[in-house]
Amino acid sequence: MIEMMSAQQKRIHPYKFNLWLGLAGIIMMFAGLTSAYIVKRSQPGWESFTMPAVFTYSTLVILVSSATIQVGLRAFKAHQMNRYRLFFAITILLGILFVVLQVSGFYQFEEKGMKMIGIGSNPAFSFVLAIAGLHVVHVLGGVVALVIIFFKAFSTRKRSYDSIPVEIVSTYWHFVDILWVYIFLFFHLLH
Amino acid sequence: MSNEAVIQPGVVVHEAHEHVGGHHHRETFITKYIFSQDHKMIAKQFLITGMVWAFIGGLMSVLFRIQLGYPEATLPWLEDIFGHWARGGKISPEFYYALGTMHGTILIFFVLTAGLSGTFANFLIPFQVGARDMASPFMNMLSYWFFVLASIVMMSSLFVQTGPAAGGWTVYPPLSALGDASIGSKTGMDLWLISMALFVVSQLLGGLNYVSTILNMRTRGMTMTRLPLTIWGLFFTAILGLLSFPVLLSGFILLLFDRHLGTSFYLSDIVIAGKILPNEGGSAILYQHLFWFLGHPEVYIIILPTMGIVSEVMSINARKPIFGYMAMVASLFAIAVLSFLVWAHHMFVTGMNPFLGSVFVLLTLLIAVPSSIKVFNWLTTLWRGNIRFTVGMLFSIGFVSTFISGGLTGIWVGNSTIDIHVHDTYFNIAHFHIVMGVSAFMGMFAGVYHWFPKMYGRYMNNTLGYIHFWITLVCAYVIFWPMHYEGLAGMPRRYYSYENWESFKQFVELNRVISFAAILSFLVQLLFIFNFFYSIFKGRKVTTKNPWNANTLEWTTPIRPGHGNWPGEIPEVHRWPYDYGKDGVDFIPQTEPVTKDESKH
Repeated sequence: MIEMMSAQQKRIHPYKFNLWLGLAGIIMMFAGLTSAYIVKRSQPGWESFTMPAVFTYSTLVILVSSATIQVGLRAFKAHQMNRYRLFFAITILLGILFVVLQVSGFYQFEEKGMKMIGIGSNPAFSFVLAIAGLHVVHVLGGVVALVIIFFKAFSTRKRSYDSIPVEIVSTYWHFVDILWVYIFLFFHLLH
Repeated sequence: MSNEAVIQPGVVVHEAHEHVGGHHHRETFITKYIFSQDHKMIAKQFLITGMVWAFIGGLMSVLFRIQLGYPEATLPWLEDIFGHWARGGKISPEFYYALGTMHGTILIFFVLTAGLSGTFANFLIPFQVGARDMASPFMNMLSYWFFVLASIVMMSSLFVQTGPAAGGWTVYPPLSALGDASIGSKTGMDLWLISMALFVVSQLLGGLNYVSTILNMRTRGMTMTRLPLTIWGLFFTAILGLLSFPVLLSGFILLLFDRHLGTSFYLSDIVIAGKILPNEGGSAILYQHLFWFLGHPEVYIIILPTMGIVSEVMSINARKPIFGYMAMVASLFAIAVLSFLVWAHHMFVTGMNPFLGSVFVLLTLLIAVPSSIKVFNWLTTLWRGNIRFTVGMLFSIGFVSTFISGGLTGIWVGNSTIDIHVHDTYFNIAHFHIVMGVSAFMGMFAGVYHWFPKMYGRYMNNTLGYIHFWITLVCAYVIFWPMHYEGLAGMPRRYYSYENWESFKQFVELNRVISFAAILSFLVQLLFIFNFFYSIFKGRKVTTKNPWNANTLEWTTPIRPGHGNWPGEIPEVHRWPYDYGKDGVDFIPQTEPVTKDESKH
């Protein structure tokens, strides 16, 4: 039995593997959207735009949050629970801040007269809303997952040192971070 | 991670193989039959939900075949049932379009995607790779319940005042994007999109599990090249779904934006009821690209699992190893790769650069190569076999027949020159129904008849099975063969009535024959449903573990396996699954160690 266990432990944990496959699916969705954007851009009626500065700040926020979650994960693996809780709390707050900044960025688009929805909207701006908006939804999903495992760490009834859930959430968080950097650069280079 | 820990996260691992049946967590009615995490129960849930949908989708086709076969008939009972949708006993045009749309949606997505791979992936993957359950049984359960949610939303759309979606199963904008364009583009269309989004979530949750179980949870000795072809088929299916469904979802999200947020992703320069719409700069073709990027892999999502099932059932019942195992795997792989490179052959007439079109023609015709390899291998598996004509075997042979007939016309419509002529005609209807609809159903029936003893510990009735097979096969050809002629004569699909065309009057009688066969084949499916449910409770009992004398691992489990599949340890695998008739031995299960003086294969 133990022999069998060790043989299977060399393989990747099935939940982690599921996560990676799920990320592949998410990548395909954004690949679909960004390639639609590229096709659309080459057609008449496209209006060029520059991203409001607030998106640069949000990029910095999510990059920092990736660092904090990594510190938190290391603390968890070292069983330093207070440090882990602190850094996960910071990550959650940064995640919420990111979402707020993104939404205010969408409002800035509208304020500058670049209508994303409704009459007179241009597909170029609508695409920013659709792609970045969908990304915000994915970040919110990550925040919810973070909150759930964060409160699990306070549970007195059951003390868990199983690092798999924490690792999975961290990987997902890094993923939405990288995904945003891709989208951000994409909008900067092809606008 | 051991297999035991997956099913019983709380139970300490070392005691898991001591108790017989592998499960002693308490099971209530709800955890066993409703919110079950056991892959076998989830498979049965998918199968029965799929059968309910197949009944509804099939009934819809009967209704619109009544209109097509008997356009002048008035049937008062239709009005009794459907009210204003069939005023005066005639199906209204709006109802006709809704029926066609929902027939396509239901059969393609809810029956032949969820019902087919949901059933067989869940049932066969853990059994045949030697695992106690899926990588994540919880996600597996979620996958089923998302499918139920999608089903409820889709079902509810049938009952709204303005009816369900009616713009064709592909829901092309601008028709589907503008509620004012037709009553089928109002609430029904929103429910359709919501339902499909839930459906995509269900498919992704399931697909993740299938891939990860096949790659991570195989028992000792089960190398990839010792996997049965069923698992290979389901493996590529899951990968295709994982890569293509998210793209479909992104297309739907943009469509929802256009419907409700006034954006113009797909809309431009539209006049509706004399009013000019403000939308500018959108492109309807964009939707078609996003849609068919899923839409084409989707047809392989439907057919690859049945290819696997047929290979397995055929080898067992021909008592011969499958011919060209590696060629079978390689051709599945080739089909999976090519399926992503041919989507634009659905768009030859929607305004494509002819040069681009010719590239897609070439790539499309390339699919004929792996498909022919598979057909050749099935035929050579049958060749000089010791064939046992079980019902499952007959359906497998039927699959090969319809796959050939439908596949050959694929070469026609894959050429843009011919496709421009037969596009959107009955020729096309005939082609895809035979190659993807009928064939997939044949494979599915083969699987149900073959694995029914493993599912319920009883056999289905053979006589009813033979009647079911022969009438289904004959009707399928009587329905779809004449449609080729109608299509070549230019008869367009999706039309409500052909009475006003002098050129199509010659087909009045033929349409009647087709409708008659369609109704008959529907009735015969009821016989199957009866046989299925009757046999669950009253069928002949299975008395041996391995009733078909098959090699794969599912037949080493008890007749009615508990959650965990094997009491005691999971067996080790020593050989590939197709050692039939080797060295004069009828069959050698995968669990038999290779002896010294055995010949190599």
